[in-house]
Amino acid sequence: MPVFDRSLKIFTVVMGLLIFSITFGSMGLSNPWISPFTVGLLGKYLCYAVLALSIDLVWGYMGVLSLGHGAFFALGGYAFGMYLMRQIGTLGVYGDAVLPDFMVFIGFEKLPWTWYGSQYFVVAVLLVILVPGALALAFGWTAFRSRVSGVYFSIMSQALTYALMLAFFLNSLGFGGNNGFTDFKRILGFDVHSLGVTVSLFVASALLLWSAAVACRWLVTSRLGLVMIAIRDNEERVRFAGYKVENVKVAVFAFSALLAGLGGALYAPQAGIINPSLFAPIFSIEMVVCVALGGRGSLYGAILGAFLVSWIKSRLSTAAPDLWPFFLGGLFVLVTIFGQNGAMGFLRWGVKKITFGFKKEPVHDPINEPKEAL
Amino acid sequence: MAAQDQTNQLPMGQLPIGQESDSGTIFSEEVIKSLTSSKVSDRDKAIAAISQNFSPLAAEVLTGLLKGGLFWDRDSQAFYLESNGLKPIWPTAAPSAAVNPKKVAVNNRQRELLASLLSARSLFDPKVETRREAAKKLIGAPNVDLTVVQRRLAEEDDPRTLDNLKIVLAMGALKNQEGSEAEKLAALTELERLYAPAALEDIKALASGSNPELAKAATQTLKLMEARAQRLALAETLFFGLSLGSVLVLIAIGLAITFGVMGVINMAHGEMAMLGAYTVWATQTILPGQPGLALILALPAAFLVAGTVGGAIELTVIRPLYNRPLETLLATFGLSLILQQAARKGVSSMNVAVITPEFMSGQWAIANNFSVTQGRVIIIVFCLLVFAAVYLALQKTRLGLEIRAVTQNRAMARALGVHSSRVDTLTFALGSGVAGVSGVALSQLTNVGPNLGQDYIVDSFMVVVFGGVGNLWGALLGGLIIGLANKFLEPMNGAMLAKITIMVGIILFIQRHPKGLFPQRGRVASF
Amino acid sequence: MISSYVRKAVVGLAALAIILGGSIAKAQDTIKVGILHSLSGTMAISETTLKDAVLMLIEEQNKKGGVLGKKLEAVVVDPASDWPMFAEKARDLLTRDKVAVVFGCWTSVSRKSVLPVFEELNGLLFYPVQYEGQESSKNVIYTGAAPNQQAIPAVDYLLAEGSKRFVLVGTDYVFPRTANKIVEAYLLKKGVAQADIITYYTPFSHSDWQSIVADIKRIGGAGLKTAVISTINGDANVPFYKELAAQNISASDIPVMAFSVGEEELSGVDAKPLVGHLAAWNYFQSVENPANSSFIKQWQEFIKDSKRVTNDPMEAHYIGFNLWVKAVEKAKSVDVDTVLKAIVGLETPNLTGGVAKLLPNHHLTKPVLIGEIEDNGQFQVVWQTEAEVPGDAWSDYLPESADLIADWTDPINCGNYNEKTKKCLGAEKAPAK
Repeated sequence: MPVFDRSLKIFTVVMGLLIFSITFGSMGLSNPWISPFTVGLLGKYLCYAVLALSIDLVWGYMGVLSLGHGAFFALGGYAFGMYLMRQIGTLGVYGDAVLPDFMVFIGFEKLPWTWYGSQYFVVAVLLVILVPGALALAFGWTAFRSRVSGVYFSIMSQALTYALMLAFFLNSLGFGGNNGFTDFKRILGFDVHSLGVTVSLFVASALLLWSAAVACRWLVTSRLGLVMIAIRDNEERVRFAGYKVENVKVAVFAFSALLAGLGGALYAPQAGIINPSLFAPIFSIEMVVCVALGGRGSLYGAILGAFLVSWIKSRLSTAAPDLWPFFLGGLFVLVTIFGQNGAMGFLRWGVKKITFGFKKEPVHDPINEPKEAL
Repeated sequence: MAAQDQTNQLPMGQLPIGQESDSGTIFSEEVIKSLTSSKVSDRDKAIAAISQNFSPLAAEVLTGLLKGGLFWDRDSQAFYLESNGLKPIWPTAAPSAAVNPKKVAVNNRQRELLASLLSARSLFDPKVETRREAAKKLIGAPNVDLTVVQRRLAEEDDPRTLDNLKIVLAMGALKNQEGSEAEKLAALTELERLYAPAALEDIKALASGSNPELAKAATQTLKLMEARAQRLALAETLFFGLSLGSVLVLIAIGLAITFGVMGVINMAHGEMAMLGAYTVWATQTILPGQPGLALILALPAAFLVAGTVGGAIELTVIRPLYNRPLETLLATFGLSLILQQAARKGVSSMNVAVITPEFMSGQWAIANNFSVTQGRVIIIVFCLLVFAAVYLALQKTRLGLEIRAVTQNRAMARALGVHSSRVDTLTFALGSGVAGVSGVALSQLTNVGPNLGQDYIVDSFMVVVFGGVGNLWGALLGGLIIGLANKFLEPMNGAMLAKITIMVGIILFIQRHPKGLFPQRGRVASF
Repeated sequence: MISSYVRKAVVGLAALAIILGGSIAKAQDTIKVGILHSLSGTMAISETTLKDAVLMLIEEQNKKGGVLGKKLEAVVVDPASDWPMFAEKARDLLTRDKVAVVFGCWTSVSRKSVLPVFEELNGLLFYPVQYEGQESSKNVIYTGAAPNQQAIPAVDYLLAEGSKRFVLVGTDYVFPRTANKIVEAYLLKKGVAQADIITYYTPFSHSDWQSIVADIKRIGGAGLKTAVISTINGDANVPFYKELAAQNISASDIPVMAFSVGEEELSGVDAKPLVGHLAAWNYFQSVENPANSSFIKQWQEFIKDSKRVTNDPMEAHYIGFNLWVKAVEKAKSVDVDTVLKAIVGLETPNLTGGVAKLLPNHHLTKPVLIGEIEDNGQFQVVWQTEAEVPGDAWSDYLPESADLIADWTDPINCGNYNEKTKKCLGAEKAPAK
């Protein structure tokens, strides 16, 4: 199966156009029609989309439902946030060149060892990749090897993110407690609030999402991908066929966590705050709901779902501040019951209707049409 | 605030008990003026003056002040006391109904003072409970007149009151500057025997004092008391652990049915408990003045309310999803958002007040120094009852049999004539109803508001998974173990780290034992 | 082939653009006032009331003819107790709705989250809740109490009442941490031994207080008069007080002085077992004076509930709103810089019979009241400061901030100015525009 199929081509063009129009629309004109607010907002959505994609990779294609992927996202955010905090330097309210404000505030005398090296961009990027990846590797290794699966795995991943949330709430841990990291000033020496940085972060997020989608697409069309799908559909049979199911699961899970971490890293500067609420089980569940809403087992479905849910939240909480949880909750219920393949299934159905008679029936695609009974 | 210090020096103990005073002289002009002043500190003078009067009326007035039941009517210039409505007490010519009564308010320190003033009077009360309470109040009170205590000691026959009186005397002996060494040594032994932590500061003073003999004895006493305190703390922790565990079990039982037996990941489980808690609020609102009765009535009501809602959820939302169990998570998550917001819009975005009835408050003294909270004991017992009821319902009833049959092999059960979809509805209703009942218990311990469900959902899933999905015994033992572990860890590391440790512990345990404490045996549907 | 992808993509993008650009600017004949309080999620319990309070104030002002001849228009958004969402909504209010002023936030973290946004876009935020201090932003007016307007007088009161040993119980986040640091430093200065200050921190929404309350009971029963200073956050208070009552700890044995428990929190509890416990605020509903009675009446009519209570943060919004109106009228403009110039030094009556004056550090002068809980859920004022206490942004009791002051008037114009070195720390942050 080709990596660059029709959908990926469409997606590539969409991302290209998005990057072009946003960059041009916000910077290229003397009177920009896209506000930095919209750019930042879209950038944030793109990061959520990366997270949704990473959840979909393990859930939609391997049948492993992680209710704790927010933890990897948050860890990536924290790892990069440390760098951003160190970049503040003497611009902080206490003017301390080394210690971030919150440490002065809580009464730290010197930098905890966990922060060593965090002033270097390279170290930050390494941490962003290594920390979520390593945690996922360790967690996945112990879990999958003892065959913790199905609902048990979901609840355990929830316990993981919950434990991390409680830990990051601790002020004595040196990660800012409930307040987390805020008030970023500079990134690579540039002012984070400048339009250039806002747009660059947006472009970086778009590129990240695009490359993540390509990587996932490549992965699921590879031989490994076929094994993943086989595991999803019947794990026992794959095991009997001689495959090391655990190894596949651990590797894909770690890769997915790494993607989530990268998304989190770009999320932190765009949201302007990173705090333990990202570790809250509810956040991870919400992201899973995004995937389901968009269409599990379809990479673009996950992306679409993330955009849809975030956008509904953003708009409705302004338009109907009292009532929006009813709409969002109702939407979740209805989509789950009536739209088995989420928005993507709906879209496909629509496309099929519109193009009926003009195009030949699409070929059966086992990768993008997940079996039931999970 | 300087004036407040001197009132602590009142000669509160020197009461010519039994001697009647003239009640007519209580409300002198000065007393009235200071008692009705808008400044709380002025009332100190009034209290001091009234306490010098030993008529029964004075005692009534002081009690009234203490309990907030003394009223002043400016229009008729008269005092009233609250006892089943306002009764005039002064002057004798006061009109029987007050026009515009205003409470004579006191603050904490004055309440404390009033309580100890009244205690000395109450030592001679015919009621045992009153004397016990009074003797307890005298421990550690400033400037106790020991002669009064000694006189009472001779007449007293209640052992608990006697113990407390002895402590008061021993503490007095320790502090007595002129007391002999032998007296003090005896007092130390007595305090150690009766275990009086209130005397710790005085004993510490002796331990670092100049008299080497006494210092040695005091150090020894401190050591013994410390050991005693540790034993007590251990017993306490055990009780706290059981009680926290029973709360966890209560919330988890319902989930053990819907999640464990049916395999539905019900994210709205917490909201079912919330419905139960709101039911208590509703019944208490309907039955004002009878919080206890309302609470008991709320039990079946909550079961019905949450059960009905649960049944309706099963019919509309869960039913279409039976071949997709993981997706029930998404739909029920949406439901939980809706239910929370419904509570916010329908009742109030704030918490509602649920009253703790008499029988749920108060302490149950097992020993003089060890007492447990009545409400907690009731909840532990209640938890076991609910567990037993659900267990019997599943094991001994026709419905239980059908539920077990359907979960173990749906196709075979159907083939044998079990109406499986009806069983599903009833099972979900049962699980939700039990969650509602757990909400009734929670209403006595925590906030009743839109957030109630969210606070417990993660915990209850942990209990069920730790115990072993599909096993009621697992939920029971799992909950109790988690509760106990939490309470034993808390004194060591603090509440934050205890909770983190428990979470990590559960994760590691599940890695070793993927199916929990009680893995389900046999051929059951796996998901 | 490619062209069809392009066409589809363009259609998709156009749809996105329509969605995102949804709000069409309305005719600009009103002054927009943003309200940034959570209406869902965990903080909705406290914040919904404040939204309603601001709506009431706006309605009242419009009855009087609005401000500068224009009606005020409320823009309500729901940041859903989600901290990044607070920043997003703040940006939304300032850039898309172009509000003249925002009333909002409750928790420290929500304020910290929006702070950079308000500074970047030069907005104006009125923050109505008592907080940990150690902050003063050019773009924020702090109408709640600074630690010296709540914690220090409360400790003074407890010391005067004879307490010798102190248990500090709090939720583990920045307000309790800072308040406790200040209280501890102050107690040590007052001669309380380090061993007699015992601190407990708990997670958010902590619901099982058995062990801590048993500890408190043990500590309080060991011969020294003990008081508890509670900085327990919202939700966790009810189970805490219920446990105190269950273990028979009355206020006369061990009084609890709370910094975050007000009339609103008590309306969700059966207050009988709580009688006598204390709270320190700058306002109580029970304070008797004409301004307060009419405020309460107005509120209960607005909310259509004769039992609804008022509380301290509501008074803070009342003061903040009136100050803003006065400043706008004085400046004859809603431009933030002009308003900020005009507002410093303005005075407005508070609801306790005194006057609130806005200081150059963007904090208010406030009276400090200590109240004892009564069985109807109201507070009886047992002590109050002789005069209003000026809010201090930087605590004098903490070594790192002892030399710092905030002054937003010329020539200093700095939120964190070191008086010793005569330097504005992090100066690049605060260019006076």
